[in-house]
Amino acid sequence: MRLSKQATLLVLAALIVVAPIFFPSGYYFRVGSLLFVNSLAVVGVVILTGYAGQISLGHAGFAAIGAYACALAPVHLHVHPSIAAIIGAVLSAVVAYLVGRPILRLKGYYLAVASLGFGILVSMVLANEIAITGGPDGIKVPELGLRAVLADWGLELTNAQFWYAFSGLVLLVGSWLALNLYNSPTGRALRGLHESEIAARTVGVDVAQAKLVAFMISAVYASVSGSLLALQNRLITPDIAGYMHSIEIVTMAVLGGVGSVLGAIFGASILTLLPQLLTVFQEYEQVMLGLVMMLAMIFMPRGLLPSIVGLVRGRGE
Amino acid sequence: MLSVEGLRSRYGRIEVLHGIDLSVGSGEIVTVVGANGAGKTTLLRCLSGVQPVSGGQITFRGEPLTSVPAFRRIQRGLAQSPEGRQIFTNLTVEENLRLGAFIYDDDRVGQDMQDAFAMFPILRDKRDLPAGGLSGGQQQMLAIARALMGRPSCLLLDEPSMGLAPILVAQIFDVVKNLKSLGVTVLLVEQNAFGALSIADRGYVMETGHITLSGTAEDLIADPRIREAYLGV
Repeated sequence: MRLSKQATLLVLAALIVVAPIFFPSGYYFRVGSLLFVNSLAVVGVVILTGYAGQISLGHAGFAAIGAYACALAPVHLHVHPSIAAIIGAVLSAVVAYLVGRPILRLKGYYLAVASLGFGILVSMVLANEIAITGGPDGIKVPELGLRAVLADWGLELTNAQFWYAFSGLVLLVGSWLALNLYNSPTGRALRGLHESEIAARTVGVDVAQAKLVAFMISAVYASVSGSLLALQNRLITPDIAGYMHSIEIVTMAVLGGVGSVLGAIFGASILTLLPQLLTVFQEYEQVMLGLVMMLAMIFMPRGLLPSIVGLVRGRGE
Repeated sequence: MLSVEGLRSRYGRIEVLHGIDLSVGSGEIVTVVGANGAGKTTLLRCLSGVQPVSGGQITFRGEPLTSVPAFRRIQRGLAQSPEGRQIFTNLTVEENLRLGAFIYDDDRVGQDMQDAFAMFPILRDKRDLPAGGLSGGQQQMLAIARALMGRPSCLLLDEPSMGLAPILVAQIFDVVKNLKSLGVTVLLVEQNAFGALSIADRGYVMETGHITLSGTAEDLIADPRIREAYLGV
């Protein structure tokens, strides 16, 4: 049922490389890079929710930390935007530690509620601290500069092509790390405590600490995804921290199949592309989107990809 | 090896263990038998650290254990096969065993796994399958094998015979009996008093949160009160 690590990465790499052949216009590079950025955050959710069984409704807050780090650190700390993204990732991990530590000792839905509050807090700070963050109008983000370096080496890419390739590469690396984690002792501990915290404790897993590690790792994924979005948009607004964005990230993962990296990326693809297709329904677009999600969860509760694979296998036999 | 003095525990305001005293010597198989609801599982939960203790002392290998967190007890050499087995059903058999050796990162893990497969050959055949697909008896074998992967000096077993067909029950009790030859001390909690007492060195009888009777296994099996209440003869 599960694809091996190598097969998953190969499928993913092949899709990223081959897809542009079918792009009718340059605009699709932009759609593709947005999809990769969303997918990266969703792979983080696979680690937190798929492996460890914990739910966060505040991941947009970490995406915002990553995004605003790229806008603010170059101006105030005079660092390169790439260093700013790393600062954002470290800051996200620290904040995840501070938010998660008191909560993850408890069993239940506390993390979902507390992280929801954290996300709202971040978006309010971003909207109100106008002097620093630019408020609701947003703030400009400096150019990463990598595209110019590539051009010097003779690799000329349009802006959209560059961000497609770069985001795709980061997604591959992120997926590779997540798949390595799956088969590591820590990954087994997370999947074990997901099923039985008591059994995990009896074999020596510090359950509270393991959950905290998963929360911090997934916060870093969200943060890097926010940084990538900020750097390619060159402008960032507090919308990125909105709780709808948090819910979107979780929905993508659950819709596609939160247990596997490929499934979650599939969910991200559907929810990134579907709104583009559903524009034919005009003002009913949101209604249709909600309907599709409801039907998918009613008829395919394990997520789209595992259910589809199951159907295909069932027919093949 | 393990000694318990005046152990009390409560769920909310209701006390369910009213001062338990028991001891397990090195290399012994000791069983705690009693009816459903006597507090046997609560006792084991206290020993493994997942149930708060409201009074009394637990001492393990000469050191106090009462305030050691659950996940550190395996490092002291105390392993557990919890109530209802609690195997990781979505993980493969091999992953379950590897997680049993979570605190170790050395070459002996592979050897320990081979030993587990030698003890339970069926687990070798199913090593790459999800543990949820195993039968009840196989799951119980996996739960014991997983606990042994932690290289315990003392193993706590909670109702290993629960829900198994009689032939499997006999097989599981055989396995428990053989743990002695591996140098593992066993504390076995069981409703199946006859099966447990027939492989144990000593036994305790538990009723509504008290130890009411204790002695060698032979004496307990021969005791008319036990025969009437638990052995159905």
